[in-house]
Amino acid sequence: MKASRLAFDAAVIAALLTMPFWMAAVGGYTELATRVVVMGLAAMSLNFLLGYTGVLSFGHAAYFGLGGYGAAMAIKYLDWGALPAMALGVAVATLAAITIGALIVRRRGVYFAMVTIAFGQVFYFIAFRWNDMTGGDDGLTGWRRPPIEFGPWKLDIVNDDKSFYYFALVIMLISAAAMARLINSPLGRSLIAIRENERRARFLGVAVERRIWLSFVISCFFVSIAGGLYALLNNFIDPRALRFDLSGNLVIMALMGGMRSFWGPLFGAAIFVVLQDYLSSRTENWMFLIGLVFVLVVRFFPRGLLGVLWRGSAA
Amino acid sequence: MSQLILFNVFNGLIVGAFYALMALGLSLILNLSGVINFAHGAFLALGAYLAYTLIPYIGFWGALVLSPILTGIFGLAVERVLIRPLYGGDPLYSLLLTFGLAYMMQDAIKYIWGAQSLPFQAPAWLMKSLSSQYFFLTGYRMFMMLIVALAVAALFGVLGYTRLGIRIRAGTRDLETVSTLGVNTRLLRSLNFGLGVYIAGLAGVLAAGLLGLAPTIGDNLIMPSFVAIIVGGLGSLVGTLLGGLLIGVVSGVTAVFFPSATEAVIYVMMGLVLLVRPRGLLGEEGRVH
Repeated sequence: MKASRLAFDAAVIAALLTMPFWMAAVGGYTELATRVVVMGLAAMSLNFLLGYTGVLSFGHAAYFGLGGYGAAMAIKYLDWGALPAMALGVAVATLAAITIGALIVRRRGVYFAMVTIAFGQVFYFIAFRWNDMTGGDDGLTGWRRPPIEFGPWKLDIVNDDKSFYYFALVIMLISAAAMARLINSPLGRSLIAIRENERRARFLGVAVERRIWLSFVISCFFVSIAGGLYALLNNFIDPRALRFDLSGNLVIMALMGGMRSFWGPLFGAAIFVVLQDYLSSRTENWMFLIGLVFVLVVRFFPRGLLGVLWRGSAA
Repeated sequence: MSQLILFNVFNGLIVGAFYALMALGLSLILNLSGVINFAHGAFLALGAYLAYTLIPYIGFWGALVLSPILTGIFGLAVERVLIRPLYGGDPLYSLLLTFGLAYMMQDAIKYIWGAQSLPFQAPAWLMKSLSSQYFFLTGYRMFMMLIVALAVAALFGVLGYTRLGIRIRAGTRDLETVSTLGVNTRLLRSLNFGLGVYIAGLAGVLAAGLLGLAPTIGDNLIMPSFVAIIVGGLGSLVGTLLGGLLIGVVSGVTAVFFPSATEAVIYVMMGLVLLVRPRGLLGEEGRVH
C-alpha cells in the first residue's frame, strides 16, 4: 500500500512537471496548465480544512482574493518584486483569517459555512467600492508581474509562459509538501481526530476550538499563496476573485476530486478548470452546465474521483 | 438633513423588509431540514420573472397571487427530486447542490427572458408619491410594506395556530420524536420547503416592482439574508425578522454618512454581534451551533 502511494505521488509530480509539454497535444495551452496548478493549490489548501479537519468553510475566496489583491497592489503601488509582493498578500490574508477565525470557531456545520461565506463578502465590497485603490468593479489593471531576480540569476516569468508555469509549480509543490508534512504531524492527527469524532477528541484533551482556528488560519495562508499566483498569472485582479461563487467553485473542486485523498482536490481543480475553459468557449450558457456538474457530482459522485479510485484501499 | 436621515431610515426599512422576508424563508428551511438553500435568490428571481410573464394576462394583482404559488410548486418539485435524498447526510452536499442549482436557474432565466433588465409594471396609481414633502413615501413602497407585514403576520399565524405550523415548530426541536408520533416528516419537510420558496417568490414579485427585473435580482439579497439570520439568532424566526429590519436600517443610515460602506457595514455588524453576543439577538441559549 505504501509503495503504491509513493508511486502515485511520483506519477502526479511527473505529470505536473511535464504538463506544459503535453498540454498542447491534448488541446490545451500553457496558461491553462498554470491555472490548473494555481486552482489546484487553492483547492488543496481548502481541503486542509474541509477534508482533514471536517470543517465546512464556504468563504475561502476572500483569502484567495486578499492574497491576490495584496500582491497586485504591492507591485502596482510599491513597485515590489514578485515574491515580496506575494508575501505581503499572504500576510494580509493570514491576518484577516486570524481575526475572523477567532470570531467563528465555535460554529459548526452549516452555520460555520454561513458565517464564513457572509464574512467573505466584506472584502468583496471593500474591493468593489474602494475605487481609487482597487479599481473597483473594473479590477486592478496597469501593472505586470515583475521578473524574479536573485543577484545575477534572473527568471523571466514576464514574457515566458513556461517559466511562469514552473515558478507557480515550484511554489505549489513546496506548499503541498508543507501541508503533507502538517497533516502527518501530531497537529494534523489531532485535526483528523476532530473530524472523526469531535466530542471524543475533546475528552482526550484536544483543544478543539484552538485547533480548528489554527487549521482555518493554515488553510487560509496557503489559499492566499494561490491567490497571489492567480493575480500574477493574469496580470490583473478584480472583485470576482473574492466573491462567494469562487468559494463554492473551490469546494466543488475538492469534492469532485475526492476530499479524503491528498491529491484529490488537484484533480478536481484540473477537471473544473478545463471544463470551464472548454464550456465557456463553446456556449454562452456554460453557467447552466457548470451548475449541472455541481448537481450531478453531489447526487451521483459524492466520493469524488480519487475517492472512487482508492475505494477499498485505506485512503 | 433630518429629512435625509428619515428618508434613509425609511429606505432601510424597505430593504430590510426584503432581507427579512427572504431570510424568513431561508430560516424555515434551515431550522427544520438543516439545509441552507443557496438557490433562494434564484427562486426569488423566478417569482419575479413569472409575474412579469403573467401580468399581461391576469394583471398585477393576479400575478401577485399566482406567481408565488407557481414558484412554491416548482420549489416542491425541486425538493422532491433533488434535495430529499440528501437529508440526514453531510450538510456540505445540500449546500453544494443548491449552489449549483442557483447557477442553473440563473442561467436558465437569462436564457428564457434575456440578460438585460426588463421594465416591470406595477399599477400606476400605486407609483404616485403620497406627500410632496416626504417624496419618498410612494404608494408602492407603503403598499409593499403592508404586504410584507401581512405576509409575516400570516406566516406567524400559520406557524402558531395551524396543525402544519405546530408540527413544523415541533420538528424544528426534535424531528425524530415528531416522526415517532405519527407525523409524515417527509411531507412536513416538503411543505415547509415549499412554504419557504413561496415566500421567496412573493418577495420576488414585490422586489421587481421596486428594483426592476434582472436575472441577478436575488444575488444582492441572499447574503444580507444570511446576516439577518445570524444577527437575529439561529432558530428564532422573530429574531430573523428583527435582524433583517435592523441591518436594513443600519445600512440605510450608513448610506448618509459613509456611502461607500453601505454594503460592508452589515458584515461588520455581524462581526460585532458574534463577538458580543454569539447566539444573536434572540437566539436561544444553548443553541449556539
